[in-house]
Amino acid sequence: MKIIVLMKQVANKDAVLRINGDETWIDESGVSMQTNESDGYALEEALRMKEAIGDGEVIVCTLGKASAKTVIKDALARGADRAIHIVAENDNELSPFQVASAIAAAVKDEEADLMFAGLQSDDASYGQTGVVLAEMLGIPHATIVIEIDRESAGENLRVKRELESGWYQWFEYDLPALFTIQSGISQIRYASLKGIMAAKKKEIREVIPEIEAFAAGQKIKRVYLPLKTKQTQMLGNGDAKAGAVELVQKLKDEVRVL
Amino acid sequence: MIDLELTEDHIALQNTVREFVKGEVEPYIKEWDEKQHFERSIFGKMGELGLLGVCIPEEYGGAGFDYISLGLVCEELEACDTFLRVVMSVHVGLNSLTLLTWGSEQQKQKYLAPQARGEKLATFGLTEPNAGSDVIGMRSTARRDGDDWILNGEKMWISLGNTADHFLFFCWTDEEKMKVRDHSGLSCFIVERSMEGFSSGTLHGKMGIRAGDTGYFSLQDVRVPAENMVGKEGEGFKIAMFSLENGRYTVASGATGVIRASRDASIAYANTREVQGRTIANFQLVKQKIAEMEADYEMCRLLWLKAGWLKNEGLSSTRAASLAKWQATVRSEKAASMAIEVHGANGYTNDYPVERYLRNCKAAVIYEGTRDIHTLMQADWALGLKKEPSARVSLPAYKVKGA
Repeated sequence: MKIIVLMKQVANKDAVLRINGDETWIDESGVSMQTNESDGYALEEALRMKEAIGDGEVIVCTLGKASAKTVIKDALARGADRAIHIVAENDNELSPFQVASAIAAAVKDEEADLMFAGLQSDDASYGQTGVVLAEMLGIPHATIVIEIDRESAGENLRVKRELESGWYQWFEYDLPALFTIQSGISQIRYASLKGIMAAKKKEIREVIPEIEAFAAGQKIKRVYLPLKTKQTQMLGNGDAKAGAVELVQKLKDEVRVL
Repeated sequence: MIDLELTEDHIALQNTVREFVKGEVEPYIKEWDEKQHFERSIFGKMGELGLLGVCIPEEYGGAGFDYISLGLVCEELEACDTFLRVVMSVHVGLNSLTLLTWGSEQQKQKYLAPQARGEKLATFGLTEPNAGSDVIGMRSTARRDGDDWILNGEKMWISLGNTADHFLFFCWTDEEKMKVRDHSGLSCFIVERSMEGFSSGTLHGKMGIRAGDTGYFSLQDVRVPAENMVGKEGEGFKIAMFSLENGRYTVASGATGVIRASRDASIAYANTREVQGRTIANFQLVKQKIAEMEADYEMCRLLWLKAGWLKNEGLSSTRAASLAKWQATVRSEKAASMAIEVHGANGYTNDYPVERYLRNCKAAVIYEGTRDIHTLMQADWALGLKKEPSARVSLPAYKVKGA
């Protein structure tokens, strides 16, 4: 079974973020980067699937800057077999449609049996790239997948989706198909030292994409940090009991936590 | 050429250790320390990752990384807790690197390879109840009996003493030389836990490293074949000094991790704790403590990196490792103590990790050559009163693959 996993490089969760000069993105200089969280779980599902079947290939596909090689090598060290790096220095300016188009062009000849992506990226959080890609490739997709019935893998595959309020649903999909994976559904393996050494010998195919400008249809106008504001209201006018009544009213009607 | 930039391999390795520590140890270490619980399964996981053979060549079951990688692993591990770094010191620094350098091919295949693969844990037996810095004051002996040696003695303050499978055992093989304290009468043997006459135990009531196993082992008429002697008869002292040099390197890099952890905990606290309407990071005397921790961290990191670079090049690092060990451990104690003060009364409780750092780091000021021993050695080297030791063999330089 050939499995493609979409993985993206994003700013480290603990990094102190600053906005760039023209206020269109974060200033990435000096910011440590990491693998997008849910993409890590997508890779883990792919590796487990390959191991369960006992045969196959896991291919990592990343669209991003030259520096995204770190994310790719990390995935190879954890056990992916090879990688496709679609090099795009302006990745943060691209819409999900443009990104999906570039990925579709790069992977269509692979004829994968299965594709996994993270549910959404931790930076732009569009949550669309996997879905749009599936449509472009003409294959079915499911989102917010939290469990995969690996034993059912054959011409189809059963997957469990997360709904609201603790509800779930099981679906059966014809393969090939694409699934976007929820974070936290498994224990991600560590990159072993042997894996780090072995990764150096694995193939990373570089692709220079042709991205059509008009396909964007959207543009980031301004990125800014949330503004902290504070308003003080005095309740009860010195009467504690009246203040408590007013407070309960506000928590009910305005803040809506009661 | 000296290149202070870490390689891609170094960074990947560092990330692996950080992730491992964050997932497997950080959530539990407070409880383990409190209950003096020794979680042996951690070493199995470290073995699976390849950490227990990080700088051992692949042909002997290791991961084939360089010596700087060993330092990086130690720094990352001890930034979490000292008990994790201790296993790297005894298993890799004191035992495995000794077998790699002084061991016969048969010893490397039989003992080093399973150690590097993480299948067997190893430690080092030099110190005795009445012989620490005074190595030649030891009383352990070996008596020749046909093709075998009969070993007797007791070793104390042995990390993993009650856990390890393989031990290096130092003892007198020449009674006459023992009487006149001539160290050329000392030899080194490989002992297995399963050998008849071996017994061990754990020491309790320690101030720090309470999540670790510090113990003792005793040999009573343990019969070992002559092929278990490491190096030649009478080379025990030189082997011990060689081993300590590598052990000191791991202690130095580990203690540097304590400084970093103390600094980082202090920064996090100073940026959130508010006093008089502003964070304490605004107070100059808090800044001074953080500045000192920053300087100490950078200086100590450079010192152990230099020792690691010398090792990679196949050059002697005796003086460099001693200096790094001395300075990093002493400064780690200072950093941990200052970190408690930055935390105020909170730092005095185990709700925050800094009091554990202080309890843990004290041991390293004492073992692998006390602060006093290193002070004297550094003075003697500077004064020309002490020479770098010469030995028949030296740690193999790191060979870059394909070079």
